[in-house]
Amino acid sequence: MTLLKVENLCVDFPTPDGLVAAVHDTSFEISPGETLAIVGESGSGKTVTNLALMGLIPLRTANVTGSAKFESHDGPVDLLAMNRNDLRKYRGRDMAMIFQDPMSSLHPFYTIGDQIIEAHQIHNKVDIKVSRDRAIELLEMVGIQGAATRIKSFPHQFSGGMRQRVMIAMALVNNPALLIADEPTTALDVTVQAQIMKLLSDLQKELKMAMILITHDMGVVAGAADRVNVMYAGRIVESANVRDLYANPLMPYTQGLLASVPRMDRPHTERLSAIPGQPPSMIALPTGCSFNPRCGRKSEVGASKCESQMPDLTTRGNQHFARCFIGEGA
Amino acid sequence: MSSPLIQVTDLHKFFPLASQGIFSRVKGDNKAVNGLSFTINEGETLGLVGESGCGKSTVGRTILKLYEPTSGSITFEGEDITKYSNSKMKPLRTKMQMIFQDPYSSLNPRHTIGSIIAASYEIQDITPDGGVKKAVQELMERVGLNPEHYNRYPHEFSGGQRQRIGIARALAMKPKFIVCDEPVSALDVSIQAQVINLLADLRDDFGLSYLFIAHDLSVVQHISDRVAVMYLGKIVELAPVESLYKEPHHPYTKALLSAVPLPDPVLEEKREQIVLTGDLPNPANPPSGCVFNTRCWKAKEACFTTEPTLLQVGSSQVACHFPE
Repeated sequence: MTLLKVENLCVDFPTPDGLVAAVHDTSFEISPGETLAIVGESGSGKTVTNLALMGLIPLRTANVTGSAKFESHDGPVDLLAMNRNDLRKYRGRDMAMIFQDPMSSLHPFYTIGDQIIEAHQIHNKVDIKVSRDRAIELLEMVGIQGAATRIKSFPHQFSGGMRQRVMIAMALVNNPALLIADEPTTALDVTVQAQIMKLLSDLQKELKMAMILITHDMGVVAGAADRVNVMYAGRIVESANVRDLYANPLMPYTQGLLASVPRMDRPHTERLSAIPGQPPSMIALPTGCSFNPRCGRKSEVGASKCESQMPDLTTRGNQHFARCFIGEGA
Repeated sequence: MSSPLIQVTDLHKFFPLASQGIFSRVKGDNKAVNGLSFTINEGETLGLVGESGCGKSTVGRTILKLYEPTSGSITFEGEDITKYSNSKMKPLRTKMQMIFQDPYSSLNPRHTIGSIIAASYEIQDITPDGGVKKAVQELMERVGLNPEHYNRYPHEFSGGQRQRIGIARALAMKPKFIVCDEPVSALDVSIQAQVINLLADLRDDFGLSYLFIAHDLSVVQHISDRVAVMYLGKIVELAPVESLYKEPHHPYTKALLSAVPLPDPVLEEKREQIVLTGDLPNPANPPSGCVFNTRCWKAKEACFTTEPTLLQVGSSQVACHFPE
């Protein structure tokens, strides 16, 4: 069964300098209980993809096209075709999102209890006491001690890791089938990151929830993901099961990304192999493959081909897809 | 061996907390740096790691006298600079520089990068051979920027390029010692590697010494000769890089290392992780005895009553009653 099937998602932002194709022709799917990681540099379109699914991109600033078939609590729906008002019935109930910055994504004027209770009340016609009990239950589940009293605290009374736990509790209050976690640990220390990632994976198992994990940390991906989509300049350039991707990356960008991470299990004297150059400007993308100006393997297929044609995302067997002329059709 | 370039002895830096009432002046102190001693030799890179709020940035800034130390002493090239005034520090600043974490806020948006890099020539009243512009353009070329971009403004550059501008600015005075405060944490992974390589090359070419402050343990391992692990204003372990990562002695170091995810799904599955519970205690009111006792799984009675001092264990220095 597929929980969410995204097909040909495009998000364009018209700007005075030209059209920014933030996400271009992106398709993927996710099953219940599965973790899909989306990795890539800043500006590669990973966040925009998910904001589009959640209906959080203002339509007056962007053109969103494509389809996203989603198994909701009342049957299959298309998240992208739906009226934005109707979408509110599903957002926060069937799918929820945690944001990167726990410092700024909670409202500073309301107690955390109020904020969690509100999220429950919107989707459930129950007495406020029931919602409060549910909020306490969730705060306990995410490991906040003394939840019954902490529910009256304001966000500033919590540390960064605790606030991220509050965000998770709020996202899970309606038992969503899909959780989108946008860089959930980037702002946190590594010891707290370990706590949060463990919490997310335990909760995911318990609630059989699917998760889209957006991150640029290749270490976090290795530990948490089932499948990985690598994005570059608005396109998926490689998609594979996590073990395949790390054992056998096919696209030169993925290879470069994996090689450029300093690793504690390697001798520290080894020089890092950096990807040369800068990520491209989204307004003036290079012709041909977007990665070609930084690619060191162009000569293998003839540089002129890479500079003039955009390769397709093609299958390389075993659920492994890559957007590269190298090894294509082999 | 010659005397160390930097010698820090029993350094303290407390920030007074604001009072809550008209009659009390100071409520207490935020003990950001609480008794630190270490040395940095010429050409050496000392890594400084720890969680946010442990005081690692304060150490960097206090050594450069950007903060006035509360007590303790700092010696640079055998000269005790602890009590130096700003005007006395000024000539020394040509030898000590800093690279900041955030390449977006550490460059003045209204100045061209040429004038940003040249600022120190002006402040120190130095005219380099061949003129300021030539010197600046040479620096830009050295850090991998296009010298023709001399007249551009910071907003025209990406994060990685801006960090290169910050590096060029730090290099302008041909310093001996640079404090790098989280120089790569705001950058994308692929750009991170470029900047780390650049910093390593510059160190080898110019014989620089770094105090490399970062929270990313794999980055620190990559660039450092020795590493100091800080917790709540104190060094809990100080060791050569190989031994620290191979056999950590302090439980906190062990937990910190075990929390770092490895970019390999096969190894990740096998990784044994020590998940620390709770958060960093409030540095204004550190626990008595060993500062780590609230989160340590090995804490016994002694840990709550007596504070451990840094003792030699093998090639490492460890502040723990029960080292691993």
